[in-house]
Amino acid sequence: MQSMARPAPDATPVLRVEHLRKSFGAVQALTDVSLDVYPGEVVALVGDNGAGKSTTIKIISGVETPDEGRIFVDGEEVRIDSPAAAERYGIQTVYQDLALCDNLDIVSNLFLGREITRPLVPPFLRLLNKSAMEERAKPVLDSLGIRLPALSTPVASLSGGQRQTVAVARAVLWGSKLVLLDEPTAALGVAQTRQVLDLILRLKDKGLGVIVISHNMHDVFQVADRIVVLRLGRTAGVFDKASVTREHVVAVMTGAAAEVNGA
Amino acid sequence: MNPTANPPAVEKERKSVSLLDAWRARIRSGELGLIPVLIGLAVIWLVFQSINGHFLSSRNLSNLVLQIATIGMLGVGETFILLLGEIDLSIAAVSGVAAGVLVQLSVAGVSAWLAILAAVLTGAVIGLFQGWWVTYVGVPSFIVTLAGSLGYQGILLAMLGQEGTVPISDKFLLSIESSYLPAWLSWVLAAAVVAGVAWNVSRTRQDRFSRGLDAASGASIGMRIALTAIVAAIVVLVMDSYRGVPVMGLILLVFVVFFGFVLQSTQFGRHVYALGGNAEASRRAGIPVRTIRMAVFTLASVMGAIGGILGASRLGSASPASGGGNLLMDSIAAAVIGGTSLFGGRGSVYNALAGALVIGSVENGMDLLSAPSSTKYMIEGGILLIAVTIDTLTRRRRQRAGR
Repeated sequence: MQSMARPAPDATPVLRVEHLRKSFGAVQALTDVSLDVYPGEVVALVGDNGAGKSTTIKIISGVETPDEGRIFVDGEEVRIDSPAAAERYGIQTVYQDLALCDNLDIVSNLFLGREITRPLVPPFLRLLNKSAMEERAKPVLDSLGIRLPALSTPVASLSGGQRQTVAVARAVLWGSKLVLLDEPTAALGVAQTRQVLDLILRLKDKGLGVIVISHNMHDVFQVADRIVVLRLGRTAGVFDKASVTREHVVAVMTGAAAEVNGA
Repeated sequence: MNPTANPPAVEKERKSVSLLDAWRARIRSGELGLIPVLIGLAVIWLVFQSINGHFLSSRNLSNLVLQIATIGMLGVGETFILLLGEIDLSIAAVSGVAAGVLVQLSVAGVSAWLAILAAVLTGAVIGLFQGWWVTYVGVPSFIVTLAGSLGYQGILLAMLGQEGTVPISDKFLLSIESSYLPAWLSWVLAAAVVAGVAWNVSRTRQDRFSRGLDAASGASIGMRIALTAIVAAIVVLVMDSYRGVPVMGLILLVFVVFFGFVLQSTQFGRHVYALGGNAEASRRAGIPVRTIRMAVFTLASVMGAIGGILGASRLGSASPASGGGNLLMDSIAAAVIGGTSLFGGRGSVYNALAGALVIGSVENGMDLLSAPSSTKYMIEGGILLIAVTIDTLTRRRRQRAGR
């Protein structure tokens, strides 16, 4: 059992997972992973390849179900057995591939699968209400300080950072409490990385919980409040950013340092 | 959601987008839409007209409309399939089977409407079957529809039996091809189309302004309405100076407009594009991917069947050649020449109509010049290659646009 560093001991974590365990056939992907995220907090999930980051994210977003372990949302124990269930609990995942339709414009992507419609020929045809969708998207984009070209621009002609922004905005538009970001800066240049990191900080300011998976220690130390290190399917350490060095985190990641609880 | 219920308390700054600006932005980002095919069509028409002065005569244009009705219907069906990033190689054979069903039932004394219904249902059943095979069994659509195409040709031969060609005797079925609208009705319909366009664009503009969104400028809306009115008037004038607007042409137009609306303005249409753009993303977004696939395959075969009915009416018979020959390649070419991408997610049924006009014009013009089939094939091949090359080049431009 880890004793976790907590920024606000009186608050309820928006998400708390305890002792996750998951195996795929003979492969033990997760042995014992625990972490929690508070509202308005950015938690970075770091670890070497095969440490269990992806599996953890997949369990939280409902793509996989754990063999053992408990998940709490706002203090209540829940079962997340499908992506739809995760969404019901206000958990939105921005995958590394962003899951955008390049041929559709920005609004269409923001509302993909959740179009605002009115019945036309029930139950077959529903009429899209395009202006209502655009109207609803604007304030969300503005509140995130997102500057995008006209919302009727196809996503194919956006830059990498803008695409990431659209994917994050989609998560926020659906009123999530917790946003999972899988390697949000992996494919981006310096300026675009800056944009995305700023966006993450604004999500935090809005009171959302954010989990960021990243390989990039520089980015992690820029935005994270706490850093959860996974190693070989276990939570190997949880650190407050203020009280840990980059070298130490890397040492725990690679197993060069003994497992440390808290800091 | 009713925009008139809550008028904006404060007059928001109205930003208008002119039609020219909108076009310029689209061209810059490589969204050429109908522009290349319309230019191509204009060139083809001018070339043929300069060689043979009868090409643009109202009689020949009227004939052209009849010629493209079947290709157009099949092209619309094929467009739906291509939008998913799939292909349907059976659509022409399905049209043949539908023609066979129609004619045999009619000859057996079944009423024309029942025979039409049966032919359409045959298309639906075939489409469901192929869709199921592609969606649930997971065999690539190329193979399923190629196998299907062979099979349906066999079914057609079996249905027609020894006699081979079976002529239609039913007056109504024959009259589909030979009927023309009276002049007054064409004008009423043309006026209705213009009024519909005007109502739609101005309502959209009002709605967007009331929500504080950018909208098309008044001038660009006026231009759009005027353009529709001019095109409608020219079509009616030209057709009326021969025998009138052919009913076959009207049927094709109604289907094109209806499915254009379905693709652009309904949730189903949006999901078809989404699926063609990124199937995995669509699945994760909760779009019923399998239902959409099944629906599209069914729709395509139904369109094939309807095309087959029109074709049978035009030929006055069903024969082992129904749905054979160039029909398959022509209808795929119609969709692709119009600008619908073979890679899914891009295109529209209007493109299929324009593409069918291009294919039909080349065939018609070549026939008028009594050019041999050899020349015809080579020219059509060249046009197809150019059309796909334009698609490929604009795709590259699109990818460069924002990065």
